[in-house]
Amino acid sequence: MSESQVIVGLEVHCQLDTKSKLFCGCSTDYRSDGPNTHVCEVCLGLPGSMPVLNKKAIAFAMRVAKALSCSVLHESEFSRKNYFYPDLDKAYQITQYDKPLAEKGILEIDGDDGEKKVRITRIHVEEDPGRLVHMGNAERGRYSLVDYNRAGIPLIEIVTEPDMRSPKEARKFLNKLRATLEYLGVFDSEKEGSLRVDANISIKGSERVEVKNITSYKGVEKALTFEITRQKNLLRRGQAVERETRHYLEARGVTQSARSKEQEHDYRYFPEPDLRPLQVQSWVDTIVLPELPDARRERFMVQYGCSANHARTLTGELRLANFFEKVVAPDPAGLPGLATTWIADTLIGELNYRSMSLDLLEPPAFTGLIRLVKDGVITDKSCVEVLRVMLDQRLKGEPTETPEALVQRLKLIKTANDSDALVATIKEVINENPKAVEDYQNGRDASLNYIVGQVMKKTRGKADPGDINRGVISMLKKRGT
Amino acid sequence: MTGALSFEPDDRFNAFLTTCKKTPYGSGRLAGIPVAVKDNISTLGIETTCASKILKGYIPPYDAHVVRLLKAAGAAIAGKTNMDEFGMGTTTENSAFGPTLNPLDTGRVPGGSSGGSAAAIAAGMVRMALGTDTGGSIRCPAAFCGIVGLKPTYGRVSRYGLIAYANSLEQIGPMAKTVTDVSTLYSVIAGHDPRDSTSHDRPYNHMPSADIKGLKIGIPQEYFGQGVDPAVGSVVREAIGTLEELGATTVPCTIPSMEYALAAYYVTCTSEASSNLARFDGVRYGPAADVKKSWHDAYRDVRRAGFGAEVLRRIMLGTFALSSGYYGKYYAKAQVARENVRADFAQIFSGADVIAGPTMPTIAFRLKEKSDPLSMYLSDILTVPANLAGIPAISVPCGKVSGMPVGLQIMGRHFEDERVIDVAYAYEQAVRA
Repeated sequence: MSESQVIVGLEVHCQLDTKSKLFCGCSTDYRSDGPNTHVCEVCLGLPGSMPVLNKKAIAFAMRVAKALSCSVLHESEFSRKNYFYPDLDKAYQITQYDKPLAEKGILEIDGDDGEKKVRITRIHVEEDPGRLVHMGNAERGRYSLVDYNRAGIPLIEIVTEPDMRSPKEARKFLNKLRATLEYLGVFDSEKEGSLRVDANISIKGSERVEVKNITSYKGVEKALTFEITRQKNLLRRGQAVERETRHYLEARGVTQSARSKEQEHDYRYFPEPDLRPLQVQSWVDTIVLPELPDARRERFMVQYGCSANHARTLTGELRLANFFEKVVAPDPAGLPGLATTWIADTLIGELNYRSMSLDLLEPPAFTGLIRLVKDGVITDKSCVEVLRVMLDQRLKGEPTETPEALVQRLKLIKTANDSDALVATIKEVINENPKAVEDYQNGRDASLNYIVGQVMKKTRGKADPGDINRGVISMLKKRGT
Repeated sequence: MTGALSFEPDDRFNAFLTTCKKTPYGSGRLAGIPVAVKDNISTLGIETTCASKILKGYIPPYDAHVVRLLKAAGAAIAGKTNMDEFGMGTTTENSAFGPTLNPLDTGRVPGGSSGGSAAAIAAGMVRMALGTDTGGSIRCPAAFCGIVGLKPTYGRVSRYGLIAYANSLEQIGPMAKTVTDVSTLYSVIAGHDPRDSTSHDRPYNHMPSADIKGLKIGIPQEYFGQGVDPAVGSVVREAIGTLEELGATTVPCTIPSMEYALAAYYVTCTSEASSNLARFDGVRYGPAADVKKSWHDAYRDVRRAGFGAEVLRRIMLGTFALSSGYYGKYYAKAQVARENVRADFAQIFSGADVIAGPTMPTIAFRLKEKSDPLSMYLSDILTVPANLAGIPAISVPCGKVSGMPVGLQIMGRHFEDERVIDVAYAYEQAVRA
């Protein structure tokens, strides 16, 4: 069975990065505070409290609608989705049902077979429920505590048509969507729990399965890959795929059937009587969109000479693109080449390895570092070493040193190719390895590598490998004559 | 704060669930006047139960908007009055804390659901009270207890802090012995509140005027038809005659949609109630859920034990009406019927300034007389149309049948609360003189 028979549609929930909650004035900045500290009678659902719509949240959602080329409905409406759950304080969620804010849009992605337009079905706004914290374990003393700090945080739900054909495309869609939302200034992907994805997935001709509870970008690809394998295995064995809801268990990387009881939910939607219908279509024309990822990518290629892949990587995240532009700003003609490779090929990896936010590294420090490479003060190897120390200092909250100071302290200044020290070291190595020298002079080129390697070891990477190579050859030639 | 009032009434009629023995007051239009507040209106620091066991012990951490306004006007909060549980009833017998008795005849109900507020006024315990009216809950007890009660235009009084029963229908309103006091209390509580998105910026600053010369009064035939006690009908016709003597003219009219009004009303209010009351689950307030049970079992048990029979009945009805496959047949249809009621009123108001008729089809029921739910629901027929349409309606005493008071109901156009108050005032002044 070929990949092309996979059909994927996504429902993406993102927290809108407003200062206050969707229906009350409580702050959304709850993550570093204790449980139930960002609550009031409205977001606790206390009897008698009433929702007041946060205009900013709607303005944010409208920006997304415009960026995704959706049409905004003349009149949209909030509805109640009724169900019981301890994290849901009112026992209903205020959401949008048959009259969403916007519908019928497009997001272009770099698909498996080139550019691909993923159709957006609808965009609507809703409130986040609270959060359960499970205590104890299954065997003893299992109970849950409820934290309503998250209750009422504005969410935007973006629903796609089943237009993706592989887990990779789903991942690409999410990355592009994330970038777009961040460029619009309405979303912060680094906030924990700010994204949740439900995926509908089927093999063409079979029933569709809904996978809920995917909470990371990588998780989407993993969950879908697992689910496709599961479904294909069923079909291969001649069994049918059941239409059901499954939960993704992030820690184990598997999906698990939800109890059938949960599928029998009847949410009893009806219009929220405490809110008026929303008529905001006229806002669309007043929205001025910022530069979006595609436009910025094009500009990076033209303005900085980035390759298409590098430009895509650098502009794929708002933080990264902004960082890049700040790094090269002091020398827009001289730095982009080095900055591109050092950021895209090295820095991203070092950050990921540390699960570290780019926000911790100030662009001028990075500019200083790559300038040392550009000016030939340090080797590439030393640059990586300095970068690692710089990142570790910031991650651990230690006092930071400038790249220049680090190079001094770690004694990483590149040995000049003609410097006495390098010449002396080469001479030393040659004297210590007569066998290798003899082999080289007898035509065994591999011996050269060995000698160069020994020199590099002795200079601890401070010397440029090219310089060493040239130095060794010229000295051996001298000896040979 | 300018002083404190001591309030320790002899509550023989069980009008209060809570009394504030020492209650502070300030200066303003209501300086030092004790005002009773129905127990479904949130009061900071004062237990608020909606006459339900499920809210026993719940002390709101905030004041309803109207309570803030009362305090700002200098009123002393006298206490919280008894009611049908969550407002669901027409007699104040559906209280978890015992029925309120009619002060005029303790063998009869005071009407409901704001029966405690009406009884407190009729018994002279307080001069003014707040009630709430979802389908007649201010006007019915006003009529049964011989006092004045106004259901304002929907949106003119903030519902913020009113524990919702049926959001799209209910309003908080003033109750008192005289139209003047109702008017004064109304001037304090009306006005825009940004925390209630359905509230309008239509403050009320009106001095009642008895001049109704040239007023056109619509008399809908349905208000004197089947199910309406002819004795009540004739008392009300006499009262309308008095209005004619004051210079008003009458025009006969009809409200064909009334045939569906009760059904539309009960589908709408039970649907909204099933959602509003779902939050009472024992997790955050009220009697605690048993943590040893799984959460859904604990919810079920708390709710089964905490709600009275009528509340459970309405939750079931509303849950059914909103269920998938039935929404279109019930809730959606009810909204259509509601539109028809509005349209009928608009039609009448193109040729009449107000509509007059009886508030209730009968005088106050005897205790336990309305023990089957359906006959109780039917008694709301004359009051629910105003809630469905969102228009203002007042009940003013207009005579007696078998020694019990009868209410004259005046309904007006949206935001013409001033006019219905004037008509009630004109009548009151005419019969007093």
